[in-house]
Amino acid sequence: MASDQSPAVLEIRDLRIEAKSSDHWSQIVRGVSLTLRKGEVLGLVGESGAGKSTVGLAALGYLRPGARASGGSVRLMGTELLAIPEEQRRRLRGTKVAYVAQSAQAAFNPVHRLMDQITLVAVDRGGLSRAEAEKRAVALFTALQLPDPQNFGARYPHQVSGGQLQRAMVAMAMICNPALIVFDEPTTALDVTTQVEVLISIRKVIAEFGVAAIYITHDLAVVAQIAHRVAVLRYGEVVEEAPIAAIMDHPEHPYTQSLWAVHEMPANDPETQETPRAPLLSVEGLGARFGTFEVLQDIDLRIGRGETVALVGESGSGKSTLGRVIAGLKAPSAGRALFDGAALPPKLRQRPLELLRRIQIIYQSADTALNPRQTVRAIVGRPLTLYQGLRGVAREKRLIELLRMVELDASHADRLPGQLSGGQKQRVAIARALAAEPELIICDEITSALDKVVQADVLRMMIGLKERLGVSYLFITHDLEVVRAIADRVVVMQHGRIVEQGEKGRVFAPPHEPYTGRLLASVPDMAVGWLDRIIAGRAA
Amino acid sequence: MNRTSHPILSMVVSRVGLGLLSLLIVSLVIFFSVSLLPGSYASAILGQNATPEAVAALETKLGLDRPALWRYLSWLGAAATGELGQSFAGRPVMAVLGPRLLNTITLASITAAIAVPLAITLGVICARFRGRFIDRFLSTSTLASISLPEFFVAYLMMMIFAVKLQWFPSMAGIRNSMDLGEQLYRMVLPILTLLLVILAHMIRNTRAAILSVMSSPYVEMARLKGESEGRVVMRQALPNAIGPIASVVALNLAYLISGVVVIEVVFVYPGVGQAMIDAVRNRDVPVIQACALIFATAYIGFNLLADIVSIVSNPRLLHPR
Repeated sequence: MASDQSPAVLEIRDLRIEAKSSDHWSQIVRGVSLTLRKGEVLGLVGESGAGKSTVGLAALGYLRPGARASGGSVRLMGTELLAIPEEQRRRLRGTKVAYVAQSAQAAFNPVHRLMDQITLVAVDRGGLSRAEAEKRAVALFTALQLPDPQNFGARYPHQVSGGQLQRAMVAMAMICNPALIVFDEPTTALDVTTQVEVLISIRKVIAEFGVAAIYITHDLAVVAQIAHRVAVLRYGEVVEEAPIAAIMDHPEHPYTQSLWAVHEMPANDPETQETPRAPLLSVEGLGARFGTFEVLQDIDLRIGRGETVALVGESGSGKSTLGRVIAGLKAPSAGRALFDGAALPPKLRQRPLELLRRIQIIYQSADTALNPRQTVRAIVGRPLTLYQGLRGVAREKRLIELLRMVELDASHADRLPGQLSGGQKQRVAIARALAAEPELIICDEITSALDKVVQADVLRMMIGLKERLGVSYLFITHDLEVVRAIADRVVVMQHGRIVEQGEKGRVFAPPHEPYTGRLLASVPDMAVGWLDRIIAGRAA
Repeated sequence: MNRTSHPILSMVVSRVGLGLLSLLIVSLVIFFSVSLLPGSYASAILGQNATPEAVAALETKLGLDRPALWRYLSWLGAAATGELGQSFAGRPVMAVLGPRLLNTITLASITAAIAVPLAITLGVICARFRGRFIDRFLSTSTLASISLPEFFVAYLMMMIFAVKLQWFPSMAGIRNSMDLGEQLYRMVLPILTLLLVILAHMIRNTRAAILSVMSSPYVEMARLKGESEGRVVMRQALPNAIGPIASVVALNLAYLISGVVVIEVVFVYPGVGQAMIDAVRNRDVPVIQACALIFATAYIGFNLLADIVSIVSNPRLLHPR
């Protein structure tokens, strides 16, 4: 790490940024101060809406449309970015300070070849000839461990994988040898097994080229592998800033401590069953396809009464499709399913109302799953009338009961979804599913969009509800911490097939199936040095 | 990447097939809708002279006593070779329409050659300077020009440039005997009118197509790489907006062939539109059918072309994995 005496690459002092919402300006960054020296990596951690990206973009002197700086200063290598005209700021971007976006798939222009996009700034303003720029790009491709570096640039963005594209964007950021790179959640959109590779590449080039970097993420475990120092951001303010080891060992601010909320949940201990659980759902040889593409093949699965089965796997592995097939939203192409001993009709329309009542589904995004124009009363009340035939006072009484169950109260009944927080919205969606008094609830990534503290609360609530109501969960998630906290049994999926299933303790303990092992090994530890061990392990 | 069947090829072939199918359906509608007209075809022609004998004789002569399917197929077969039958006035339909079609195509080509590049340029400028004076001026004036009926624009042009200023003639009746300069001079007002009508639509859609791309993450990325706003629009946004732009251009080009009837009549321009109005007046059914078929072909053809352009401009299809 650089000494404190070296000149600051970036110095942000008391930065205030306002954003326009409807007709008034509100502060989204409230007096943030940060200093970054040569070769230093600063992690910027916080949950969605904390202002991380806004601060990161301000380091490039860039404000998103609808935002304005209302105070403070941003000095990049001594130049006050907020004081110079836009034209001068523009010329610094790409050459002195560069940006790596979250989704490379979206951030590369689909119509131009990678090489053209990567070398553009170097040729335009970096003072390199085309040939020189391309040579440098190939060197970066090599450093970033991209396949076939000589010809990699000739491809179009859609012709390479997500992980490769993310590394190509790192090459694009480094092409002019900038003093500072802002990484904005560069691995969030990637699968965990790909994330490791990209993290290793990013860390390697940062060290090799001695660039200073801001690394924005919501994932403490990731930042612990890459940053020297961490600033924790909440509601546009830095609540804590310290060297990475200090934050990981002794987080001081209560908010920082709350980032461990899910991590610190006790693993639920599946009590050893003397008698095996009565089966509720059993699926045999199930398959499903989109057109000619087989999304699911040979799925055998059993869920017992009162059991929580976690379905894990990377995006595209078919987890959600399996949930949809069981719910009847997608017809299977092969196999059969038994629910409580009776054949489960493949199509939704063939299922009687009573059967629909018994299987409910909850989605990841309550924002899109709740009708924004209906009150909570209408949303939760409808299944009460539809399935239970409740009306009037009886319905209202049950409604209040349900809201209490999901830790809301009667006053929420008259609100619209827009007037609720993210966690409250998800609770309403859960109450809607419970209103049917189902026996099986399919939970599709229901905590992924929530902050850590809220995630932990919702998970605790789900565990409590299961114990009270004896309901079974099919819990679809990519987050192994969630699995650890809630599951009795675990089903691991890859490429539309089940690669392993069994009691949680057995699946999580060695020896592993090769894919399960790789999946488990790819999840970063909440500790400094995890990535070092991986790299060391590979070198050995 | 060396697959034998390129996805673009099969997509283009299937689009062309669909285009031909739509054309076939249109031809069915055109042919059989005539039989929905009141009275028999022959008695309509003969008018007051429609004695039963005369009607029967004419029906035999025109082949109307044959089964409808046979008549349709022979009509279609002839049409496919460019032979559109005899008009009731006794001349071949192509002899009536041929020169008229040429005039319409000339008018359309000149208008298109000016309108398309101008509209795209102005649309790009509007998108680049969104919200500034030039954008607001063009947005307002194009809205006004879309709202005005085309015949009104035509008469307005006539009143200003022919009546008040007396720069151009109000009648655009060109003849083959005139030299090119004279013909062009007479075509100025119809061209100007058509420009005003189609420019507005194309400018607005070009602007909208570009602006919808301007909110993409790759446009923000280009800004964060320090590209200038002009380059962002030209290099990042425009190539991704080609599909929607092509489809609005196609609609307007089709309009130049089939939709100009009113303007041709107002300026007495001897094009297909005029010929169709005359044919309607004279109940010259074969000519009406031929006009309808020509218009439908233009419409389907240009839209097919736009489809193909947007397929080819999609890098995912052009460069498969």
